[in-house]
Amino acid sequence: MTKQQANWSPYDNNGGTCVAVAGTDYCVIAADTRMSSGYNILTRDYSKIIQLADKSVLASSGFQADVRALQKVLAAKHLQYQHQHNKQMSCPAMAQLLSNTLYYKRFFPYYAFNVLGGLDHEGKGCVFTYDAVGSYERVGYSSQGSGSTLITPFLDNQLKSPSPLLLPARDAVTPLSESEAIDLVKTCFASATERDIYTGDKLEILVLNASGIRREYMELRKD
Amino acid sequence: MSKAEIEMPPKGGFSFDLCKRNEMLAAKGLKQPSFLKTGTTIVGLIFKDGVILGADTRATAGPIVADKNCEKIHYMAPNIYCCGAGTAADTEAVTDMVSSQLKLHRYHAGRESRVVTALSLLKSHLFSYQGHVSAALVLGGVDVTGPHLHTIYPHGSTDTLPYATMGSGSLAAMAVFESKYREGLSRDEGVKLVAEAICSGIFNDLGSGSNVDICVITAGKSRVPKKPFVAKPSYLYQREGLFIFKKDRGVADKDCTIERDG
Repeated sequence: MTKQQANWSPYDNNGGTCVAVAGTDYCVIAADTRMSSGYNILTRDYSKIIQLADKSVLASSGFQADVRALQKVLAAKHLQYQHQHNKQMSCPAMAQLLSNTLYYKRFFPYYAFNVLGGLDHEGKGCVFTYDAVGSYERVGYSSQGSGSTLITPFLDNQLKSPSPLLLPARDAVTPLSESEAIDLVKTCFASATERDIYTGDKLEILVLNASGIRREYMELRKD
Repeated sequence: MSKAEIEMPPKGGFSFDLCKRNEMLAAKGLKQPSFLKTGTTIVGLIFKDGVILGADTRATAGPIVADKNCEKIHYMAPNIYCCGAGTAADTEAVTDMVSSQLKLHRYHAGRESRVVTALSLLKSHLFSYQGHVSAALVLGGVDVTGPHLHTIYPHGSTDTLPYATMGSGSLAAMAVFESKYREGLSRDEGVKLVAEAICSGIFNDLGSGSNVDICVITAGKSRVPKKPFVAKPSYLYQREGLFIFKKDRGVADKDCTIERDG
């Protein structure tokens, strides 16, 4: 007798794409604002990015109900940390927290594909990329979501650092200037929007640097 | 009683021999290759002087746009055109085949083709394939008996309607028709309404997108409006200068330096 399959799934995919690029003294985090379900658009104006701490920004695509729940858990944990330690969490610390939070639900995962961006202790840009159950790695750039298969090869070509196996260990961050990195990210999304049906409407870009945080928007194709 | 099987002559149509194998492989976790579907919004309406057909131009393979500007309005006869939704190969093949049959019929009969002829040929072909030819069509044309508009479903059923929509964007387009259609529209009003219906599909359905194709068929002549419609607004991010694409980017050399121009 064949195993009985569930005819109801607790998950849904709301689509969307997230990208983050780390620079020498800045970090660019971007995501589109389209939320969809199947062939329908639920809304054209949904932010997938949240600022968790003054130097950590999380962008997540996937199932937005799980993303919302994850953001709440992280925000609560961060508040407790601030009460106990009298300071904000650093980006590498937040990265570890996110990994632990995701693995905590290893057997009923958050359907969230995360990219964490921010500035590390030295003020250099850092990007952490995750899978759904918490495996993470610090990288120079990352893309997650429905358009990631279209964007990652392009970023690999433009930004890929020499092999990480080389010694001495080379910086993963890109030598590009902040405006060049933003230009790169905008091009990624303009192209991904052409070919991915789940990406489009509007692009939200957050830029973190020493002087604080800045938000920028760009219109994308709405079809 | 002999247990030997009688050799049957090979029949036409589909052979389902590999279906069991496919099921077994799918059960083992092999992903089936996806078909190029046209996602699609296609519409047709009858106006005062004839028929107007409209279609979007996006072809999808799963979540990816395979063709940003494909043609979904197919020629059947000088006075008959057909929009196709569903599997792209199926709509192409079936409309090409019936178009050829109509031509031969025109040579034989010596007169202009009728829409009901195309309709009968299409529906009997689709019915004989029991829905496996996944083509959903909006057939429109003007012949000696007047303007006609029909929808044809993959299993072979047909409807005769004053206004029709098919495809994944059909609900979005039909919403526009149901609120704005009336009998006896002029040519410009009809074209405007069809464009609006297709745009509704383009912006509200993820399976449809890019441009609007329109075909106006009237007694005597069928034509495409001179200015092709483009679904607005479309933003193409313009940047100055090109990106430099270096070869062998992934290979690590002994002395690895990142070179950049400009």
